[in-house]
Amino acid sequence: MKRTISTAVIAAAMLASVPGARAASEEVNLYSYRQPFLIQPMLDVFTEKTGITVNVAYAEEGMLERIKAEGENTPADAVLTADIGRLKDMEDAGVLAAVNSEVLSENIPAAYRHPDGYWFGLTTRARIIFASKDRVGADEVTSYEDLADPKMKGRICIRSGKHLYNISLIASMIVHKGVEETEKWLLGVKANLARKPQGNDRAQAKAIYEGQCDVAIANTYYMGNMQTNDEKPEQKEWASAINIIFPNQGDRGTHVNISGAAVLKHAKRKENAVKLLEFLASETAQSMYAAQNFEYPVKPGVAVSERVQSWGSFKADTISLSEVAKHRAEAARMVDRIGFDQ
Amino acid sequence: MTRAFDGWSLTALIVAALVALPLLSVFGLALSGSGDVWAHLVSTVLGNYIRTSLLLMLGVGVGVAVIGAGTAWLTSACRFPGVRVFEWALLLPLAVPAYIVAYIYTDILEFAGPVQGAMRDLMGWKTARDYWFPEIRSLEGAIAVMVLTLYPYVYLLARSSFLEQTATLLDAGRVLGNGPWRNFFRVALPLARPAIVVGVSLALMETLNDFGTVDFFAVQTFTAGIYDVWLNMNSMAGAAQLATVLLLFVFMLITAERLARRGRRFDMKAGRKKTHVHDLKGWLAVAAILACLLPVLFGFLLPMSVLFSHAMVFYEDSLNSGFWRHAGHSLLVSSLVALVSTVLGLVLGYGARLSGSVLTRYASRVASIGYAVPGSVLAVGIMLPLTQFDRSLNIFSTRLFDLPLGLVLSGTVFALVYGYSARFMALSLGSVESGLARITPSMDGAARTLGANRSETLRRVHLPLLRRFLLTAILIVFVDSMKELPITMLLRPFNFDTLATYTHQFARNELFEEAALGALAIVAAGILPVILLSRTITGGDR
Amino acid sequence: MVSALEYENISHKFGDRDVLRNISLEIGRGEFVCLLGPSGCGKTTLLRLAAGLERLQHGIVRLGGTIAADAAHHVDVAPEKRNVGMMFQDYALFPHLTVMENILFGLRKADQKRIDWVKDRLAYFGISQLTSTYPGTLSGGEQQRVALLRALAPHPQLLLLDEPFSALDKARRIEMREETGALIREAGATTLMVTHDGEEAMFMADRIVVMNEGRIEQIGSADNLYMNPRSAFVASLFGHANRFCETVRNATVETPIGTFDAKGRAEGERVCVFIRPEGVVPLTDEEAGRDASQAEVTSSHYLGIASHIHMRTIGSNSGSAVTFHAQRSGRYLPRAGTRVRYHVDPEHVFVFRDDGTEQDR
Repeated sequence: MKRTISTAVIAAAMLASVPGARAASEEVNLYSYRQPFLIQPMLDVFTEKTGITVNVAYAEEGMLERIKAEGENTPADAVLTADIGRLKDMEDAGVLAAVNSEVLSENIPAAYRHPDGYWFGLTTRARIIFASKDRVGADEVTSYEDLADPKMKGRICIRSGKHLYNISLIASMIVHKGVEETEKWLLGVKANLARKPQGNDRAQAKAIYEGQCDVAIANTYYMGNMQTNDEKPEQKEWASAINIIFPNQGDRGTHVNISGAAVLKHAKRKENAVKLLEFLASETAQSMYAAQNFEYPVKPGVAVSERVQSWGSFKADTISLSEVAKHRAEAARMVDRIGFDQ
Repeated sequence: MTRAFDGWSLTALIVAALVALPLLSVFGLALSGSGDVWAHLVSTVLGNYIRTSLLLMLGVGVGVAVIGAGTAWLTSACRFPGVRVFEWALLLPLAVPAYIVAYIYTDILEFAGPVQGAMRDLMGWKTARDYWFPEIRSLEGAIAVMVLTLYPYVYLLARSSFLEQTATLLDAGRVLGNGPWRNFFRVALPLARPAIVVGVSLALMETLNDFGTVDFFAVQTFTAGIYDVWLNMNSMAGAAQLATVLLLFVFMLITAERLARRGRRFDMKAGRKKTHVHDLKGWLAVAAILACLLPVLFGFLLPMSVLFSHAMVFYEDSLNSGFWRHAGHSLLVSSLVALVSTVLGLVLGYGARLSGSVLTRYASRVASIGYAVPGSVLAVGIMLPLTQFDRSLNIFSTRLFDLPLGLVLSGTVFALVYGYSARFMALSLGSVESGLARITPSMDGAARTLGANRSETLRRVHLPLLRRFLLTAILIVFVDSMKELPITMLLRPFNFDTLATYTHQFARNELFEEAALGALAIVAAGILPVILLSRTITGGDR
Repeated sequence: MVSALEYENISHKFGDRDVLRNISLEIGRGEFVCLLGPSGCGKTTLLRLAAGLERLQHGIVRLGGTIAADAAHHVDVAPEKRNVGMMFQDYALFPHLTVMENILFGLRKADQKRIDWVKDRLAYFGISQLTSTYPGTLSGGEQQRVALLRALAPHPQLLLLDEPFSALDKARRIEMREETGALIREAGATTLMVTHDGEEAMFMADRIVVMNEGRIEQIGSADNLYMNPRSAFVASLFGHANRFCETVRNATVETPIGTFDAKGRAEGERVCVFIRPEGVVPLTDEEAGRDASQAEVTSSHYLGIASHIHMRTIGSNSGSAVTFHAQRSGRYLPRAGTRVRYHVDPEHVFVFRDDGTEQDR
């Protein structure tokens, strides 16, 4: 019996030492909040160019706890996130390293990176409004505020108010207009919902196509994904039933969020990590982001993809994302308070 | 010579401590302050969380009990066409991850799905206001999906209990004037009650730890609340406190059930095995076939055919070398965990039997309720002690040899095997315990007085008698490990994907056609064990 | 001579309940001793302590003169090292092993001498044909024999039997008693048997140890216990008796069926008088003297060896009538309602202090 146990333990220990957690010079270890299939193409090119192997561990819940718990023993060198919130949490937790890189400072506008180099935005995505071509008039909805107008009653679809994209949008409203105004607005939106918040952004487009609602809030790249989906051509139809509206062009601009990256304080291969970040901010990777994921590159002068271009250019809200991130908890509580998801 | 602290009790205690460690570290997290999170929750959504969770538990509990026990009775006491197939087919939904079933039914039944679309085309309806259709993304929808995927736990245990009931007892019922139905309710069902209760409590623990399904269905359960506090309000302490409350609740439920059962003995003497079987004819047979077919149809066949059709389309995209590697990882980890967890369950169960110490007994009880903790929270609880160990080890090795060892336990396959084993201990220990309970203590005494020591007694007497239960433990843990997600996500090494994580990265984005092949592979890997499982149960009777 | 088994100051608790209170007992080599008492009196626990199946809490257990367990010094030899054979109430046959595998379970290596011995005994029991069958298919009597052979096969220095016949029907039980007794005596094993059946103990044992509420009530041969029970409790273990509780007056005690000597009892003490049915003998008119008491028969039963008569005293009014039992050898069946005279044999009359306990049966 005891022999069986020890055999199992030894077997496990042997297996444990297989993947590349050991320090080797030509490696970089990445913790990613972004799904591997989204980032793998860029990483492959990076390896091809530099000879540095990228090891990835992807997780969403608990990654920050993992970094904190591993402390100085962490095998990870850098992290990738899908929004500003996670970057800010890590900054607050003190697990990030300040990176001073000319390449990064040059390629990334100040608004999309931490002033001391703790984190860097790599792409932006705008939180826009999908509107039914048939059922929404040209100037009927032009701003987020319009969504709270009683004339929209029963016409809005949205994913959970607790999703980080919506939390970020609500937090930006709080920064601009204060808690009270924002709460009034959110209540207005809730009153106009066609159904309980559910699904992801693509599901909202489908609901518009099927006539369950007329407008929805969504991220830009979902539109690109649907428009080019050859394997599921029905999604092209959903997209073609929808007009894109960049809200608030007359005033503060459309809310944007970033996907970003940072180097960890206890990185063992800091140099390689910085190289990876610099590559991700380079022309090559930036245009890949634009072409494959329909995101907006942060590097000025990198052309957006043709598809993205066809949606038109827009004025982005230039408010500090750090400031927005600070109000996320407040936004989450507001969603609870008014029972937005119920 | 001294027996005060012998090897077996000590080993069992260590195993229990190891299994309980993740929970203790969750309790530890709960001790730090969480600001005004509670005040906020109480004044806003907590009541709703609790109400929703209780309704969900009630619905799932009743559903799995009725379907599980009902089909178990039909397949063990009645004869009708197809019963031989249903015997094992009814277990198949066990192999399907609940969230996958949720995706599939949403796709089919939502407003934009094919069913409602066809109805609108047919009837000329335009909008949702023109007609009524049940909302799939709802509490009721979540209950339905969970019942469909969790009833096999009850079926499994209830069936093996029905098969063990001696004909004498049932005959006694008949002689006393009970009809077959009355006999079922008055004799067979009460005798199978402990098994049914264990099955239902496993299903309810799964219900409580589920996040994927309820999140997808936008049902605001207590568990969804734990995630919200953790991730959106950035309060791990608050989340740990909520998880602790959840655990206390589960512990109370289990204790209450045990108190209610106290004083009644359910163990059965060997006797004539069941010989008479109700032959169902005519409409009764049709009803029985329907009752067994529907759960299999909706819990397995329909979801599988949808997955299959998607997998066919995305076959080439998904089936690359990576896919086989992920499958390899899944099989490797699941097999390892099935063995380790069963061995640990055996050590714990046999150790508790030998020592009978209150400490060991409660430790194993606590260890088992870890199953009810939301997976990601348990994952953090597993990670903390492992990283702490690594940290101490590194300080030690750096001081002594100036050699930092890096992470030895955390972020390795060891961490995964440990995490899974701790999580699935309820399954393996439960199976071992129910097997041990059937071996009268005088068997131990007989073997010991005949010169066999404890280990020899285990080898020569208990192991052969437990074979069926050990195999059951291995198979259930294997099937559940194939589906396991949150612990893998957080504790895995670099570049280590399993079928579940591979499937999840697409499913998370509702790209569920891309996820189909992975999901199908998870299910396929579970089918063989499930059929073996069914044969194990039935075989024990012959 | 060294005793085969010795208990020294054994006390034992289950939780708060005292199961054994300071028990000391010695059993000689080759002796057959019965522990007799009602369920819950601690006799099985005492047996399990000898086997090492229960951890000793207080006192010392010696086997063949060597210490097997000593609570004060935390010594407790594991059961498998005690060379003790035990037969369980439910037989505890291993269901996954054949009859032969069960019996040979305790033999270290293929000890041909013992195997031959076993085969011999199987033949003696007439169950040789069952060696390769599984216990689940055996009858109760067959299981009992297999369990006994299994316990004896390793040639233990001490054989422990826990209610070995309780699972058998009465006819089979008497048959098995004789078979078992003969086999054990032939094997020469020292034996300690637990039973709650007084008659069984009397039949099997060289010495009977009566236990009550964790204490030894009395030790003695069957004859000794039967004829000189030290307490009402002991007396009640050997069959049903008439019992009358009264107060001692003038060194005598007066009961509805006679007045008896109460030597050694204090004046005014409450005592109970025990009179076995065989001590109350109905008399024929020829046998009876004029002064013999008279009672009315309520029913009578012929039991083969003797006849059992239920009688009622004749009081001044029916309310004060008391029923009692009498016995007479042979066939004697007076009709109900008949008045008969009877004689009480002082040999069968026992006077005990009234300890307030109800009669056992």
